[in-house]
Amino acid sequence: MSTRPIVAASPDSIAAVTLDARMEERITELLRRYPTTRAAILPVLWLCQERYGWISPGVMRAVASRLGESPAFVEGVVSFYTMYHTRPPARYVLQVCTTLSCAYCGGRALVEHLKGRLGIGFGEKTPDGEFQLMAVQCLGACGDAPVVQINDDYYENLDVTSLDKVLDELAARR
Amino acid sequence: MEAVLLRARGLPESRTIATYLAAGGYEGLKKALTMAPDAVTKEVLDSELRGRGGAGFPTGRKWSFVPKDHPGPRYLICNADESEPGTFKDREIIEHDPHQVVEGTAIASYAIRANTAYIYIRGEFVRWTRILEEAIEEARKGGFLGKNILGSGFDLDVWVHRGAGAYICGEETALLESLEGKRGFPRLKPPFPAVVGAFGKPTVVNNVETLACVPHIMTRGAPWFASIGRPRNTGPKLFCVSGHVNRPGVYELPLGVTFREIIEEHAGGIRGGRKLKAYFPGGTSAPIMTAAEVDVQADFDACAQAGTMLGSGGIIVLDETVDMVEVCANVAHFYAHESCGQCTPCREGADWCMDILDRMVEGHGRPADPETLLRICRFSSNGMTICPLGDAYALPISSIVNKFREEFDRRIETGSPLPQKKLPVLPWTGPRPGFGV
Repeated sequence: MSTRPIVAASPDSIAAVTLDARMEERITELLRRYPTTRAAILPVLWLCQERYGWISPGVMRAVASRLGESPAFVEGVVSFYTMYHTRPPARYVLQVCTTLSCAYCGGRALVEHLKGRLGIGFGEKTPDGEFQLMAVQCLGACGDAPVVQINDDYYENLDVTSLDKVLDELAARR
Repeated sequence: MEAVLLRARGLPESRTIATYLAAGGYEGLKKALTMAPDAVTKEVLDSELRGRGGAGFPTGRKWSFVPKDHPGPRYLICNADESEPGTFKDREIIEHDPHQVVEGTAIASYAIRANTAYIYIRGEFVRWTRILEEAIEEARKGGFLGKNILGSGFDLDVWVHRGAGAYICGEETALLESLEGKRGFPRLKPPFPAVVGAFGKPTVVNNVETLACVPHIMTRGAPWFASIGRPRNTGPKLFCVSGHVNRPGVYELPLGVTFREIIEEHAGGIRGGRKLKAYFPGGTSAPIMTAAEVDVQADFDACAQAGTMLGSGGIIVLDETVDMVEVCANVAHFYAHESCGQCTPCREGADWCMDILDRMVEGHGRPADPETLLRICRFSSNGMTICPLGDAYALPISSIVNKFREEFDRRIETGSPLPQKKLPVLPWTGPRPGFGV
């Protein structure tokens, strides 16, 4: 079971955000797909994460009031799933698969290398806010082990050299 | 065997509807729409197609459980929450031939008279979510989805619903909870989803690969499908091979080939000329098999007979260099992380196993550890939990302890047990009235 710490949030992240007209339009479109408004919680949270970068307490309150749920219910949903960021993420979130096939096909070497290169451990961000390292369970790409997911993209069949190249390119991107 | 599910792999622009139509795509749907819905179910029943998600339940029977006289809406759900370690076949189908999934979803929806279908895909699969959405849009423009499909009077909307990172949501009732916007807690069965499913309505949940088989059954007929493989284990199956092999990947083979053939011939044998030590035949939830058990046939019944399961067809190959205590610890980490936390035997048991195994890996094993692991596993399997995740961690861990016991004992003998800070609480070994363990 994944348990996540309750984050001491800054005052400005607690105030409910205002969902603008464009968000409202997309939420209305999503609501048409389901017979209940509650079913739209996951997709609406995805929309918010795309838009605001993370699911702050203020976002949870806005989603709750828009969909007619209590903030506690929405927080319960958010905390169950591992992919909603409950604190601001780095520009690049590196999710390294640590499950069997990846671990035995070079994944452990990648982890050691990443920790050394970035100077951080799992769950941490680099001080410049560029990279964040996360250990994740099976990403479902075991045939191309080892796999690292960086933000939305899969990088497969990696070794230390190719991963370094990817990171150099990402760091240079503006 | 000719490629069926993977026939488009390698074709240029294999994802587009033009390529799919040129290969005879959507003919299965056209044919189905000329038949009665029950006749479509009958055809799938006759093909003896069994669910490819892990349980191997006959697909036609699952469809036939939907009450015929139910007045309100029904739902079809395509389960693309592929998360079982070692499994990466659904991603392969979606990557190369998403229209197979869309067509299969449409035919299945027609068979159970559902007008709304959802494809529940795991949250990490951002790229494959987009591919499916594009395919659905193409199909809608082509008149294969939407209102009055091909003039038949049948309406169907298909939506992609993205999960957010939870292995348990691949379990069908947890998936339904997640689809309804809740925490992914599996439901008690019965009632089964066919009667009370998504939003309280009759619902069928089928795996991506299962649905991808359906258009082929419609166009080429049930007898053709049943002629592939073995009796009661029919059709082509995607086997995912990963780990210490020369050519990891997805291989489409008839059910009933041996694991030896898959590992040695198709996947090119063990890397570096080393020897096979063990393999998981169907994801890490299946009991482990040793090198001596490599001649078992890869199908549902032969695996069950050999004391394991075909599961989702995710074969993880381990060579002679691996330490089985570490493998066991890795598996325990996965399930300890993915247990939803509802049932005590699973939530506490998986965590407890992980703690013991981590301690053993660190060289502080105690003589009682293997027996404790087995006892925890016994208490978590065979219906002690709401969903099969209790068995999913208990079966691999207990099978690794049993089959590689000498490695555990050696690890304990050569290690240095930490002094225990307090008196150990010994689990009760006497009779447990009413629990049957």
